[in-house]
Amino acid sequence: MKTMLAIISNALCRITGRSAGEQTVSEGARVVASRSLSDFTPQATFDIKKCDVHRLEAGPPVRAELTREQGLQYYRTMQTVRRMELKADQLYKQKIIRGFCHLYDGQEACAAGIEAAINPSDHLITAYRAHGYTFTRGVSIREILAELTGRRGGVAKGKGGSMHMYAPHFYGGNGIVGAQVPLGAGIALACQYQGNNQICVTLYGDGAANQGQLFETFNMAALWKLPCIFVCENNKYGMGTSVERASASTDYYKRGDFIPGLRVDGMDVLCVREAAKFAADHCRAGKGPIIMELQTYRYHGHSMSDPGVSYRTREEIQEVRSKSDPISLLKERLLSNNMASVEELKEIDIQIRKEVEEAAQFATSDPEPPLEELCNHIFSNDPPLEVRGTNPWSKLKSIS
Amino acid sequence: MAASLRCFLRSGKRAVLVAVRRGIHNSSPAAVQVTVRDALNQAMDEELERDERVFLLGEEVAQYDGAYKVSRGLWKKYGDKRIIDTPISEMGFAGIAVGAAMAGLRPICEFMTFNFSMQAIDQVINSAAKTYYMSAGLQPVPIVFRGPNGASAGVAAQHSQCFAAWYAHCPGLKVVSPWNSEDARGLLKAAIRDDNPVVFLENELMYGVPFEMSDESQSKDFTIPIGKAKVERQGSHITLVSHSRFVGHCLDAAAVLAKEGVDCEVINLRTIRPMDVECIEGSVMKTNHLVTVEGGWPQFGIGAEICARIMEGPAFNFLDAPVTRVTGVDIPMPYAKILEENSLPQVKDIIFSVKKTLNV
Repeated sequence: MKTMLAIISNALCRITGRSAGEQTVSEGARVVASRSLSDFTPQATFDIKKCDVHRLEAGPPVRAELTREQGLQYYRTMQTVRRMELKADQLYKQKIIRGFCHLYDGQEACAAGIEAAINPSDHLITAYRAHGYTFTRGVSIREILAELTGRRGGVAKGKGGSMHMYAPHFYGGNGIVGAQVPLGAGIALACQYQGNNQICVTLYGDGAANQGQLFETFNMAALWKLPCIFVCENNKYGMGTSVERASASTDYYKRGDFIPGLRVDGMDVLCVREAAKFAADHCRAGKGPIIMELQTYRYHGHSMSDPGVSYRTREEIQEVRSKSDPISLLKERLLSNNMASVEELKEIDIQIRKEVEEAAQFATSDPEPPLEELCNHIFSNDPPLEVRGTNPWSKLKSIS
Repeated sequence: MAASLRCFLRSGKRAVLVAVRRGIHNSSPAAVQVTVRDALNQAMDEELERDERVFLLGEEVAQYDGAYKVSRGLWKKYGDKRIIDTPISEMGFAGIAVGAAMAGLRPICEFMTFNFSMQAIDQVINSAAKTYYMSAGLQPVPIVFRGPNGASAGVAAQHSQCFAAWYAHCPGLKVVSPWNSEDARGLLKAAIRDDNPVVFLENELMYGVPFEMSDESQSKDFTIPIGKAKVERQGSHITLVSHSRFVGHCLDAAAVLAKEGVDCEVINLRTIRPMDVECIEGSVMKTNHLVTVEGGWPQFGIGAEICARIMEGPAFNFLDAPVTRVTGVDIPMPYAKILEENSLPQVKDIIFSVKKTLNV
């Protein structure tokens, strides 16, 4: 039945001389209306790239199961992050967002894949390229964009900005390169201490991989068998410095030495998911920490003040976009296995664009935080405190 | 005068004991002698027992019983889970402690001395102090960083720095500096129960000094409010403000000066940040003269801050003379005994400064 419909649909397209994606609404609607959910493949198994392993007998499976539901969910997640980041780019260029803005487009499969593998009750901490994780950990697009534009509706009431967004079991957003890694191990220590079978995913980049505090952390995490997944998002450049120019060893998954490691294709959401599941099981089994190097790529420069083409070629960026884009990869899989239709995905795209646009509207129109709140949140659970203003007569109030 | 001075200086810690027994401290009849070390130990023991989220980590805190024996017996009682020996990795373990605090535990992070906290200072300031503000109240960090601060004896430049001014500079931190056993006990319990990052500056030379402690202070729920100074000695001619070990020096100086008819009020700051400026102001409005005493370097220090605050407030108009700061000498700490002694405020320096300020 479904092949028949597919044939009809393709024939229609050939007749009208349009490609499948360009069907007019009426033609498309007729075709879609007659395809029910049962026409789609409910589940399929995909071959995924084998992971390189370090100090492990075996790695994650080389085949991944994907249901239609999951496929659509991952697609939606990645597309949302993509559109949100591009909106942030736009708002930054309009000077509505200021200061630091480190965009995540290109790396969506990492955030989506990890979140698919862990539980909401697990913990996650990352560095400053954090908007993607802020979303996957449950913060709404409008609260993220409003935080970027510094408004009272932002997740941190406008007081944190791009690098300091928080949510339950999500510890930011951290501005000091590498500092989040010991923090993540500490969160894992708390999980172990409380015996709650939760784990902590602690992310850092190829640049941070050379920070001394990482090695201090690896030592303690291994010594105490902390349930911590250390994830190196290797996007090949630490700001403007390529990995070859920064690291004596670019095998980041081996840099934990005595800690087992995996090198994972970070552009494939299924690969990331399977590896993260494998890693999470490792931790929950009490085997101690594990390192996951996700090989990924960022389309934008390091931040909005970096055009991103002085240290790499436009050709390189274009090549990744055309051959390895994480969203395209998933879309292709879904379509070629009849797990979703072009129209359906287009519908999702339209919905997401609308959501992001509405969130941007909110982020642009919401007022800035009131001056009365300037000094609040210095201390937790304390009586009100007097704070000196810019001059001795300026006595400001701080409440917890 | 010189003889009694020499007597005080030579007898050192015995002098403090003697001074204490002579009733400089108001103590109830059934009081007990407790060293600062034991007071800290008991405070931690009680808080560990009271709340199972509290734990201690640092170098040598467990099996060695603490580099200065402050955590003696705790590992034996509470075990590996709650008393954790760390490798020599200050930045790493301080960060781990902060992360644990973020995830719901209440760590006590010991630095063997605060000199080593410099390796970890980013975690103290950027990860601990600023987070509650940056998250607009979403993420508290209930942690205590404790350890000996300032000069010890013969440990030279890299092991003698006072960090009170550095930490007290930063919003989001509470900075506490106990002098005697009661301070140590009450303030440490308060710090552990506080939901915010507290830097707890101890003093190695005070660890072995015993003080009388009241019955009240022996209660398991005895805490001293952070942010409140204490008037250790009432006086009318001049106010001496100090923190940590030098409170004792001020009291010694006051005893000598009393014989010459100079009546000193001695204030023990107890907390550096938030500073109890009202207490100092109230005293200055009574005595009209102020001398600050600290072990740290003069520039941008505790005394400098007190001067600025006095000038900005109501007490300025009550001053009959500029405020005098007595501080450590503005040099890295030398090793040789005679040089070291002359690098820190001595009782004679305080006496001299008081007389100069009073123009007597």
